[in-house]
Amino acid sequence: MHITVRYFASLREALGPSESVEIAEGSTLGALRDALIARGGAHAEVLARGRALRCALNQLMADEATAVPAGAEVAFFPPVTGG
Amino acid sequence: MSSPARVRIQTDDFDLSTEVAALRAGDGGVGAVTSFVGTVRDRNSGTPGEVSAMELEHYPGMTERAIEAMIDEALRRFDIRDARVIHRVGPLQPGDQIVLVVVSSAHRGSSFQACEFLMDYLKTQAPFWKKETTPEGARWVDARVTDDEALARWGIAAGNSQAAVPGAPV
Repeated sequence: MHITVRYFASLREALGPSESVEIAEGSTLGALRDALIARGGAHAEVLARGRALRCALNQLMADEATAVPAGAEVAFFPPVTGG
Repeated sequence: MSSPARVRIQTDDFDLSTEVAALRAGDGGVGAVTSFVGTVRDRNSGTPGEVSAMELEHYPGMTERAIEAMIDEALRRFDIRDARVIHRVGPLQPGDQIVLVVVSSAHRGSSFQACEFLMDYLKTQAPFWKKETTPEGARWVDARVTDDEALARWGIAAGNSQAAVPGAPV
């Protein structure tokens, strides 16, 4: 199924603002992250396990155990620093 | 239901007096207004004057939605009348105003508390990212553990600066 993955801040600089990604039905956000890491290159570097990273599903903060529905808008970004 | 005007993300500056007046307008039950203004510092942890400029990025849509939900939570937790949040994005200079939180209530205690709650929440849960320019070049600002600790006082796990720890909630 198709989903959209968006990136912000340092991840956007490395990977671009967004991309369309094909993943297996029932995949979690964590599985999606692993699949993107498996591409190697910049993806493997900035999404690497152990790096400070948060994610959102359909514009709500989410944890990596959350399943990704078809057509979802997923986002990966560094810890937030507003205010 | 909430009005979208409770939250504004904008490049323009804001005026505290105007916003306080707008929040109080037409509500004779208001007896207290608490406000917080955050400003851009000319330093982070280092030398005074080291930060010459700052750039604020956000997640259009999600940022507004997240702060709307924070105000709803403040209205549930505290005996307040209303609240407004303005956050600037784009290029900013040291000394510029960056964020405004204004809360109205019948009595002072609840608006003091709600104002601090909203800022603690916003610091670790609203999607904004700061990039500062220093003599060594531009760098993304790191999240602070102390901001997570500030939110923990309200019984909420931030999971922001700790996101790097393996096994920690993201």
